[in-house]
Amino acid sequence: MKVIAPRSVPAGASRLSLDVLFRKFTGAIALLVTLSLAGILIALTRESWPALHRFGWHFLISTAWDPVSDNYGALVFIVGTVVSSVIALLLAIPVSFGIALFISEMAPRWLREPVSAAVELLAAIPSIIYGMWGLLVFAPWFGNLEPWINDHLGAIPWIGALFQGPPMGIGMLAAGIVLGVMIIPFIAAIMRDVFLVTPQALKESAYAMGATTWEVARYVILPYTRTAVTGGIFLGLGRALGETMAVTFIIGNANNLSASLLMPGSSIASVIANEFTEATTPLYKSALLALGLILFVITFVVLVLAKLLLLRLDRMEGRQA
Amino acid sequence: MISRYRRRRLLNAFNLTMAVLATVFGVFWLVWILWTTIRFGAGAVNLALFTRDTPAPGASGGGLRNAFVGSLILLGMAVAIGAPVGVLAGTWLAEFAARRRLGAVVRFLNDILLSAPSIVIGLFAYAIIVDPSGRFSAYSGGVALALILIPVVVRTTDEMLRLVPGSLREAAIALGTPYWKLVTRITWKAAASGILTGILLGIARISGETAPLLFTALNNQFWSTDLGHPIANLPVVIFQFAMSPYSNWQSMAWAGAFIAVAFILLLNLAARMLLGRRRPRA
Repeated sequence: MKVIAPRSVPAGASRLSLDVLFRKFTGAIALLVTLSLAGILIALTRESWPALHRFGWHFLISTAWDPVSDNYGALVFIVGTVVSSVIALLLAIPVSFGIALFISEMAPRWLREPVSAAVELLAAIPSIIYGMWGLLVFAPWFGNLEPWINDHLGAIPWIGALFQGPPMGIGMLAAGIVLGVMIIPFIAAIMRDVFLVTPQALKESAYAMGATTWEVARYVILPYTRTAVTGGIFLGLGRALGETMAVTFIIGNANNLSASLLMPGSSIASVIANEFTEATTPLYKSALLALGLILFVITFVVLVLAKLLLLRLDRMEGRQA
Repeated sequence: MISRYRRRRLLNAFNLTMAVLATVFGVFWLVWILWTTIRFGAGAVNLALFTRDTPAPGASGGGLRNAFVGSLILLGMAVAIGAPVGVLAGTWLAEFAARRRLGAVVRFLNDILLSAPSIVIGLFAYAIIVDPSGRFSAYSGGVALALILIPVVVRTTDEMLRLVPGSLREAAIALGTPYWKLVTRITWKAAASGILTGILLGIARISGETAPLLFTALNNQFWSTDLGHPIANLPVVIFQFAMSPYSNWQSMAWAGAFIAVAFILLLNLAARMLLGRRRPRA
């Protein structure tokens, strides 16, 4: 698309200055929006300075979280955030791939839109509803399933310890599963979009050679869209890392590390949501804000990676990146 | 050869079946969540929900009037701040920076902001408004929600304006139209339904946001429209009531959840209808 920038307009200076004013004004606002990212970084660093100054790098590797003696560390929550997000990805990646494959290669045309719309609606449901549903409906149901997990997965050598614990329904595994469902629409939407822009000629050549649908997906579509698919997965990861309400409801909110995924845990977002308004000492509040800063930095890095990988998708579609 | 052919066919059939099952799995959760929300929520909706305020712990009766009104006030503030800012920034991106490096950077960072965790946005609003002013307030909640709304509006405005044909602009310029008038009278008008869709989707996104309100608008058990003080709002009330041990609170939380979901789905439906086929990528 062609955009013509206003350069020299012959009819009078007043019109020109209005044009310049309009451009500068909208530009300033756009920059302001962008600078809010820097603002977040600065404001959070300033607010978390007392805790960072007091504990230093030790803050990142300490498992202490003791408001009584004012001693704080972030490790328990960093681990909780990462573990719940990894469980979410393990669930969401294959399911999203299946959904995208179904929509792009298998579904009849009339079914594409409704299925896409249904999956996108999953993204529209607010996380508080996921959380509430997770606590009051999913967790009791999952609790009935957990003795089975204990007996079967828990008996496997090496990884068995991950699946042994009381059948409470809530915990790291339950939180990871609900998180996984929440990020399915994000990953599936991107996979579907890139699968649909894979050149028809490529796919048809493979079909003409006698390849099955699965072989086309595995050896033609997936290699062609690999970067964008990875970008979509990172985008989903970024969502999962920072998701708050759903996790807060179901993760169990225990401020210690445990080997089993069935045990309650905590993520960065859930501990902030739970304890922020109860944080009485300045250092306590500052430590929670430091957790927020860590979360912001982690998600920022993940999202930048995601967007860089996805820029390729835009180029594939012939868009301006 | 036959056996190899059969193996390929079997693998194909198995994997395609898994793909269908994955789709069924995804849709199954949607149905499950919507069904429980309707089952527990629709029955709990009654007139008192809209005419009475939130009850004290253990007390019976009551409604969610203050929470509904508080949420509407917060949404109103967020739209009043976020919509103009988002539209103007998006306009700059599409009209003045479509091919400039700075435009690409701004667009990139806006996308990051779009996916940034809402809890971090809430902490930011706490750090710049609540902490200096010394108290939780409705307007800090409005600002936090506006910050989440803005990138959504920026992105859709940008995308929708770039869909406006360049020939339309050239025609206007050929007639001697000043550029600001071209944008405000012609391209905005041509992209109006798309821009409105962006705002609707943004409202849908923020109307369920809970995390950023926990440390800004907080909550208020009583009726309040004072922007300088904590204000009741639906998401935080749902959070507190759903976590509570009282069964009447829980059923009220379901009713609130039902109304919130219905509101959000209606907004999404409206956005979809408004836009027809030209859908922006989420």
